[in-house]
Amino acid sequence: MLIKTKANILSSQITDRAVFESRREFIKAATALSAGLMLPSPGQAATGKYADAPVGPYSAKLQVTDREDVANYTNYYEFSTNKTDSTVLAKALKTAPWTVEVTGEVEKPGVYNLEDILKDNPVQERIYRFRCVEAWSMVVPWIGFPLGDMLKRFKPTSKAKFVEFTTLNNPEIMVGQRSGVLDWPYVEGLRIDEAMHPLTMMVTGMYGDELPNQNGAPLRLIVPWKYGFKSIKAIVKIRFMETMPETAWHKSAPGEYGFYANVNPEVPHPRWSQSRERVLGGSIFTPKRETEKFNGYGEEVAALYSGMDLKQYF
Amino acid sequence: MSLGKKSWAAIKIIVFLLSLTPFALLVNDGLNDQLGANPIETLHFGFGDWALRFLCIGLALTPIKTITGQGWPIRFRRMMGLFAFFYASLHLLVFIVLDLSLSWEAFKDEVPKSPYILMGLLTYLLLVPLAATSTQKMQKRLGRSWIKLHRLVYAAGLTALVHYFWLVKKDYTEPLIYAVAISILLGMRIIVYCKRTAKLFSL
Repeated sequence: MLIKTKANILSSQITDRAVFESRREFIKAATALSAGLMLPSPGQAATGKYADAPVGPYSAKLQVTDREDVANYTNYYEFSTNKTDSTVLAKALKTAPWTVEVTGEVEKPGVYNLEDILKDNPVQERIYRFRCVEAWSMVVPWIGFPLGDMLKRFKPTSKAKFVEFTTLNNPEIMVGQRSGVLDWPYVEGLRIDEAMHPLTMMVTGMYGDELPNQNGAPLRLIVPWKYGFKSIKAIVKIRFMETMPETAWHKSAPGEYGFYANVNPEVPHPRWSQSRERVLGGSIFTPKRETEKFNGYGEEVAALYSGMDLKQYF
Repeated sequence: MSLGKKSWAAIKIIVFLLSLTPFALLVNDGLNDQLGANPIETLHFGFGDWALRFLCIGLALTPIKTITGQGWPIRFRRMMGLFAFFYASLHLLVFIVLDLSLSWEAFKDEVPKSPYILMGLLTYLLLVPLAATSTQKMQKRLGRSWIKLHRLVYAAGLTALVHYFWLVKKDYTEPLIYAVAISILLGMRIIVYCKRTAKLFSL
């Protein structure tokens, strides 16, 4: 049974009247899009590489976090455990040419050039909430395409129950990999239905431009209803598997980080509450936001987990 | 060091101002919007770091006195201890006022779920009686029990370390540095204590 409780809404979360009253323009814009017109990116400057990317489905009309904050507050342990140091250190990474190896339970395995992947998968912009397991969040206009569209082209076999992603392993450039803070390379994974879900994105840009290196260039995952660590960066390998892959954070602390890692205020981390999140970019006197189950994407994804005890499968 | 009263007063003022500098820099960064993407965290961690640093400095003074055989380090013990308390208070204040926005609901939910926050609160509770009895008047009034009471600072050093270790997600480098420092500082006291008891028995 689905019990609907009254949401605890802060006045700061209520859509501004001006925004609300511009909804007709939004609908008009959406109609224009469906008519095949390209919309300029609402994210930022019309000068970036992807400034003309059309707005995709599921894009939320939320106030976007400042690009500077998104680009200078990253958890990228391959470079540093410091959220701002990775901005500078990641500059050393060469993101072109870039290939992605596709292996496992798939009819068309191989090493694919990123350029070719991008040719087959036109990009769009989607504004998503991004919720870190550390209880902070931001709202980012990502540029990318549905992961499922890309995966289908490789023709997964009926044995493909899971998809595993691997980050580049190069301790010479990725200086954080010289420390044993995690077992490198970083590995993440999704169940095949999660990977094929239309909300799940392969991302190559943000704010109308290419991804900055520290944000996971040239190719990263975005799974908006899961904690940020699922959204693996700098992907070089995709493997279709019959069994559940072992993922980096789960391997490092199985009691603290599960395979599913769905955003869930009802299931606290063993060492801290997940009920609230600090939305970056507000004033220092803005209270934290109440975290939503599945990060607010429950309508789209809750069915994927029906019958599952989310406390057990955290 | 044989310095006059005036020289010591001047040195104390300089040390006082130096100790206030981290506070001034963080406030200045805040006023100029230079605290980064998560200003509350920057303030919170900044004050917490300095609380721990002053605790270490305070704990280092007696060993320095023992090694150098000079009495002057003890002149700064109270000031360093009070600065540790000052930064710990700011650390707690940022947590309660900015992070929790003074919400009792949030406090009730978040604190019991976080062993490291409980350990932080315990550390602060250990420091409160030390700050409250830090005046010379209190020192005289309490006599020998003042010395016993102020041994609580050793416990506070240890609980502060546990607080730090428990909050870290994965990279223990920084808490390890403090662990080494505090182990040395407390270890030296144990050595001195053992030597003294050995002497007593040999009499």
